[in-house]
Amino acid sequence: MNKEEKAVNSEKKQRLQWIHITKRDNITFWQGILIRAIAILAALVLCAIITVIFTGANPISVYATMIKGAFGKGRLLVTIHSLAILLCISLAVTPAFRMRFWNIGAEGQALVGGLATAIVMYNFHDKLPAGALVPLMLVSALLAGAAWGIIPAIFKAQWRTNETLFTLMMNYVAIQLVKYFLKVADKTGSNTVGPSLLGDGIPNLFGVQYLFNIVVVAVLTGLLYIYLRYSKHGYEISVVGESENTARYVGINVKKVIVRTMILSGLLCGLTGFLIVGGAAHTISENSIGGQGFTAIMVSWLGKFNPLYMVLTALLLVFMGRGADEISTIFGLTKSFSDIMTGIILFFIIGCEFFIRYKIHINRRKKEEV
Amino acid sequence: MGTFAAFFSRAIMQGTPLLFGAVGEIITEKSGNLNLGIPGIMYIGAISGVIGAFFYEQSDYYIPAIGVVIALLSCLLGSLLASLIYCFLTITLRANQNVTGLALTTFGVGFGNFFGGSLIKVTKSEVPYLSLAETGSAFSATTPLAGLGWFGKMFFSYGFMVYLAILLAVLASIFLNRTRAGLHLRAVGENPATADAAGINVTKHKYFATCAGGMIAGLGGLYFVMDYMGGIWANDGFGDRGWLAIAIVIFALWKPVLAIPASYLFGALYILFNYLSLPMSMIPIFQMLPYVVTILALLITSIRNNREKQPPAALGLSYFREDR
Amino acid sequence: MNKQVAIELKGISKHFGSIQANRNVDLTVYRGEILSILGENGSGKTTLMNMIAGIYYPDAGEIFIDGKPVAIQSPKDAFDHKIGMIHQHFKLIDVFNATENIVLGIEDGGKYNLAKAEEAVREITEKYGFEINPQKKIYDMAVSEKQTVEILKVLYRGADILILDEPTAVLTPQEIKKLFNVLRAMRADGKSIIIITHKLNEVMEISDRVAVLRKGEHIGTVETKDTTEQQLTEMMVGRKIVLNIDRTQVENPADRLLVVDLNCTNQEGAKVLDHISFTARSGEILGIAGIAGSGQRELLEAIAGLQPLDSGEIVFIRPKKNLPVSFYHKTLKEVKHLAAEGKFHYEDGTPVDLSGKKNGEIKKLVNDGKILFNEDEVMSLRDKTPLQIRELGVRLSFVPEDRLGMGLVGNMDLIDNMMLRSYRKGNSILVNRKPPETLADQIVKSLEVVTPDLHTPVRKLSGGNVQKVLVGREISSAPKVLMAAYPVRGLDINSSYLIYNLLNKQKEDGTAVIFVGEDLDVLLGLCDRILVLCGGKVSGVVDARSATKEEIGLLMTKSKQTTEQEVSAHE
Repeated sequence: MNKEEKAVNSEKKQRLQWIHITKRDNITFWQGILIRAIAILAALVLCAIITVIFTGANPISVYATMIKGAFGKGRLLVTIHSLAILLCISLAVTPAFRMRFWNIGAEGQALVGGLATAIVMYNFHDKLPAGALVPLMLVSALLAGAAWGIIPAIFKAQWRTNETLFTLMMNYVAIQLVKYFLKVADKTGSNTVGPSLLGDGIPNLFGVQYLFNIVVVAVLTGLLYIYLRYSKHGYEISVVGESENTARYVGINVKKVIVRTMILSGLLCGLTGFLIVGGAAHTISENSIGGQGFTAIMVSWLGKFNPLYMVLTALLLVFMGRGADEISTIFGLTKSFSDIMTGIILFFIIGCEFFIRYKIHINRRKKEEV
Repeated sequence: MGTFAAFFSRAIMQGTPLLFGAVGEIITEKSGNLNLGIPGIMYIGAISGVIGAFFYEQSDYYIPAIGVVIALLSCLLGSLLASLIYCFLTITLRANQNVTGLALTTFGVGFGNFFGGSLIKVTKSEVPYLSLAETGSAFSATTPLAGLGWFGKMFFSYGFMVYLAILLAVLASIFLNRTRAGLHLRAVGENPATADAAGINVTKHKYFATCAGGMIAGLGGLYFVMDYMGGIWANDGFGDRGWLAIAIVIFALWKPVLAIPASYLFGALYILFNYLSLPMSMIPIFQMLPYVVTILALLITSIRNNREKQPPAALGLSYFREDR
Repeated sequence: MNKQVAIELKGISKHFGSIQANRNVDLTVYRGEILSILGENGSGKTTLMNMIAGIYYPDAGEIFIDGKPVAIQSPKDAFDHKIGMIHQHFKLIDVFNATENIVLGIEDGGKYNLAKAEEAVREITEKYGFEINPQKKIYDMAVSEKQTVEILKVLYRGADILILDEPTAVLTPQEIKKLFNVLRAMRADGKSIIIITHKLNEVMEISDRVAVLRKGEHIGTVETKDTTEQQLTEMMVGRKIVLNIDRTQVENPADRLLVVDLNCTNQEGAKVLDHISFTARSGEILGIAGIAGSGQRELLEAIAGLQPLDSGEIVFIRPKKNLPVSFYHKTLKEVKHLAAEGKFHYEDGTPVDLSGKKNGEIKKLVNDGKILFNEDEVMSLRDKTPLQIRELGVRLSFVPEDRLGMGLVGNMDLIDNMMLRSYRKGNSILVNRKPPETLADQIVKSLEVVTPDLHTPVRKLSGGNVQKVLVGREISSAPKVLMAAYPVRGLDINSSYLIYNLLNKQKEDGTAVIFVGEDLDVLLGLCDRILVLCGGKVSGVVDARSATKEEIGLLMTKSKQTTEQEVSAHE
C-alpha cells in the first residue's frame, strides 16, 4: 500500500468514528424507567406486527385478545398463580445471582423438589392424613432442592469449578431421575404420573384453588426482600458478589457464604417444585417445571435481582405468555407462538440495558464531512 | 459382529448432531462467547432447512441435489440470522451472555415448533409431523460401499453430513491451532484486552466465531431432521441434544478433534440401553450417563487445574475497551 | 537542532465520566530522541500515551504523524503508523508461548509460519542480548521475562515510535542498565522513544527531553541537559515542594507488633517474603520502602490474616502490664483460668487467687479494676483469619492499596461501606444501618468528603474522597495497629496532607502505624523509621531523621548477595 492509499484509508476511518460510546455515570431513576418502557413498547409493537402478519387481524383486537387471555373472566386466578410460580423460582435463583454465582440449574433443582414431593405423595397419599403428608412433602422437597444446589456450590467454593456448566448439567441428571421414577411408578409407560397415583396433594386453602401457593409466594417475596436488603446474610451476599477480595479483607468466609447461599437457592427451588407438584398440578413429568427455571434467570436479571422489581418482570412475561397463548387459540396458531413473543420481548429488554449503561455520542462535525 | 456394527453405526448417527453442535460451540466459546442459545439455533437451523426444502418440494421440477443445496443454504441462513441476534445483543450491546443465550433458546425452540406446527397444518396432515421424504432420502443417500458387510455398515453406511461433521471438526482444529486467524481468535477468548492491544479486531472476531459456530451447529439440527429422521419433522423432536452438545464441549476440553470421539461416545451412551437386555426403567439411568460423565470431566479438570485444559479465560464476559 | 517531527499532538483532551484525564495537550516528538513523560500518579501520562497507542480515542484534538492528521482508533491503527506501546500491566496471553504472543495481531499477508517467526525472534534476541526461550509459556515466566516478550513484540513489528509505560518499576538495576542500552541503540537507529516515568534519576540518565504533565495538562517540555531535578520537580508538582509534615517526637514507644522470620510463597511458586523480621512500635510511624512488587502487599496482607504463610510468627503485644483486666477482652472463664496460672496481681502487688470465690465477687473485682495483669499480653496472629483477629480483640486496621477492589465496595454507598467492619455487631439477624450512617456522616463532615449524599456509591467519588472514606473508616475503631499501603497514591496535594495529618494523629494517640509509600521524600518526612524491602527481603532499616534518599535508593535496588553483608556491616 502506498502512502496516498494509506492516507485515504485513514480518512475513511475518521469518517466512521462518528459514533462514539462511553460509559454512563449517572442516570436518573426516571430515565431508566423511560428507556425500559420504550423498549417494551417497541417490542409490543413488533409482536403486534408479527401477529397481524400471521392472523390478518387488526392490531387493536390483537392487544385486546392478549389482555383478555391474561386478565379476562376466569383467567385472572390462573394468571396470578402462574405469576406466583414463576416468581417463586425467580426468587430462588436471586440470592445466588446477587453473589454472582450463575446458577442456571433452577430447573433441575425445582424438578428434584417436585420429584421428592411426588415420591412422598406416591407412597403415602393414602396412608397419611393431610396434616402429616403435606409437611413431609415439603421437607423432602426442600432437602432435595438443597442437595441439588449444594453440590455445585461446594465444588465452586473449593476448586472454582465453573458453576454455569455444572448446574446446567445437573438439570439433565434431574430430568432423567424423573423419567426413572415415572418408569418405576407407572408400569404403563406413561410420560406423566397424575392424581390417580399421587392423590390430591395440598388441600385448597379456604376452598380456593391455588390460593395456598399464591399466599406462600407473596409472603416469600416480602421475606426474601428483607433478607437480601436488611439481613446480615444478605449484606454478606452482596459483598461477596461485588468483590471477593473485599469480603476476605473484612473476614467474611467466602466459601461458607457461597455454600450457604446456594443451599438457600436450592431450598427455594425445591419449594417451587413442591408448590407445582403438590399444590397445583398433582402430576409429575419431566416437563413439570416447563422451562420456568430458565425463564426465572431472565426474570431475576431483568428485575435487577430485586424481589419487588421481579414481580413486575415476572408479570410482564406471564402476561406475554398467556396473552400469546390466547392469540394462538383464537386465531388457530401453534402453541409455540408464545415462545416467539416472549423471545422478542426478552431481546428488547436485554438490549435496552445497553442504553442505560452507556451513552452514545454522535460526532456531528465528522458526520457532516461525509 | 452384526449387532456391534449396527450399534456402532447408530452411535455415530446419534453422535453426529452432537458433533455439529459441539464443534460450533467450541469455535464460539474460543472467542469468549458462551452461547447458551445453541440449542435454539439448532432448532432454527433445522426448521429453516425444512422450510426451504418444503417449498422446493412443492415445485414441479424436483431435483434431489438441488433440494439438498436449498435445504443446506436455508439452514445456514436461518442459523446465521439467529446467531446475529445473539452477536448484536452480547457483542455490540454487551448484554449478559447467559441471559441472552437462554432467551435465544426459548425463541429458537418456539420458532422451530411454531413454523414446524404451521407447516404441518398447511399440509392438513393427519399425523403430527411433516414428511419431506424426497429431500430426506437425498440427505441419507449412501455410496455403494455401504454394502460391504459389517465393514461397510460401520464406516460407509451414512449420508454425507456424517463425514461433513468429521471434516468440519478436523478443519476447526486446524483453523484454531495452525492458522493466524485461529491464533487471533483464541487470543480474543483468552484475553480480549490483550488481543485488542495487539491490533486484533475483537468485535469482528467474536462476530465471526459466533456466526460460524452457530451455522455449524445449525447443520446439526438439519442433519437430525433430514438424515437421522429421514426427512421427518416432529415438534420437540430434537429434544435436549443441544444441551448435550454444550456438555461435549466441556468433555472434549474445548478441542474440536476430541469432540469427534466424545460425540460418538455420548451417542453410544444415548442408545446403549437398546442393546442391553435391561428393564425399561433403567433407560433413563443410561441416558443420564452423558451428563454425569461431563460433570466428572468438569470436576477433574477444575481440581487438577491444568492450565492447558481450562475454559477460555474470558468465557462469558463482554468486552468494552474503555472500561476502567 | 533541526530534527524531523515524528508525531505531534494538538489540543488533545479526554475525560472519563466526570474525571478530566487530559486537557488540551500539545506535544511534539522528534525522530531519534528519547522523550520522558514525567508526572505524578494521576497526572494523565498513561491516558495520553494510550491515545497515541489507540487504546483510547480522544474527545477532542488531533494527532499528526509525519505532518498528516491521523485517526488512531485502535491499536491496529497505531501499528500501521509504526507506533508500539509497552504497557505497565503486561498484555500477554498466559496460555500462549512467547512467539505466539509476539506474532499476535500481525497481518502481513504472508503465510502463517510459527517456526519462521521463532527464527526471527531468535535473531532479535541475539542482536540485543535478550535471554528468552521463544517456546516458553507465559504462565511459566518471571516478570522480567514477560517484559522482554513485550519489548520483543514491539521490536518484531519494527515500530518507529516506542512508548514504554514505567518500564523500570519491575526490573533489577542490571536489567535497567541493559534496557537503557537497548533504548540508546534504537535512538541511534533513528527511532523515537517515549518513556513514562516518575523517577527523576532515570529521566536525567536516559532522556534527551522531558515533557511534564500535571493534572492532565502539559506544563512544558525542556531539554534534559538544560534542566535539573529540582526544576523538574517544581514543574511536576506546581510549586516547590517543601514537605512540611509535622513530625512529632516518638513518645513512650513500646513494642506492639513483632514479625519474626516470615516466609511466603505465592501461587506461582515464587518466594515473595523471604525471612522478614521487624518490630512495629506504638507511637511511631514505620515506613516501608521498596520498588513496586518487593513484597509490600504480601507483607501487609500476611499481618492482616489474608496471606497464607510458609513459616514465621506474627505476635501482637497488648500493653497490659499493671493494667486492670476487663471483660472487654476476656470472659469470666478466661479470667479464672488466667488467675489460676498466676497471671494477675492486686494493686498492692499480692498475687490474685480466685479459687473459692463466687462468680459475683469475681465480676465485681474485675469491674472495679482491682485485678491487674503481671505482664503485657502476648498473642499470636499467625494463621488467624481477619475475623479471628477481631475476635481476639486486636484492633488492627488496614488501608489496602486496592481501595475499591479490597478496602471498599465500589457499588455500595457510603453507609454500607462503613458497615463492612461493623455489620456483625449485635445478635440480630438484621443489620442496623443507624450506627454506620452516623459514622459516615461524621467522616464526611470531619474529613470534608465531597459527595452528593450518604447514599452515593463510592465508585462515583473522586480518588481523594474515596481514600478519605476508607481511611476514615479504618481509624474510626481507634486501632492499635494501623497499616496503610500507598494511602496518598493518586491524591492531590491537599488530600495527601490530610492523610499525613491523620496518620500523625494516630501516632500521637499511641497507635503503631505502618506506612507503605513510594515517594521517598514523603517517607523521609513522615516516618520515624524506614524498613526497606528488596525482592521480598529486608535490605535495611534506617532512621528516617538521619537517612538520605540515596541511602534508601541504594537499599531498594540491592542485589541479593550484597544485601546480607551490607546489613550486617550496618549493624
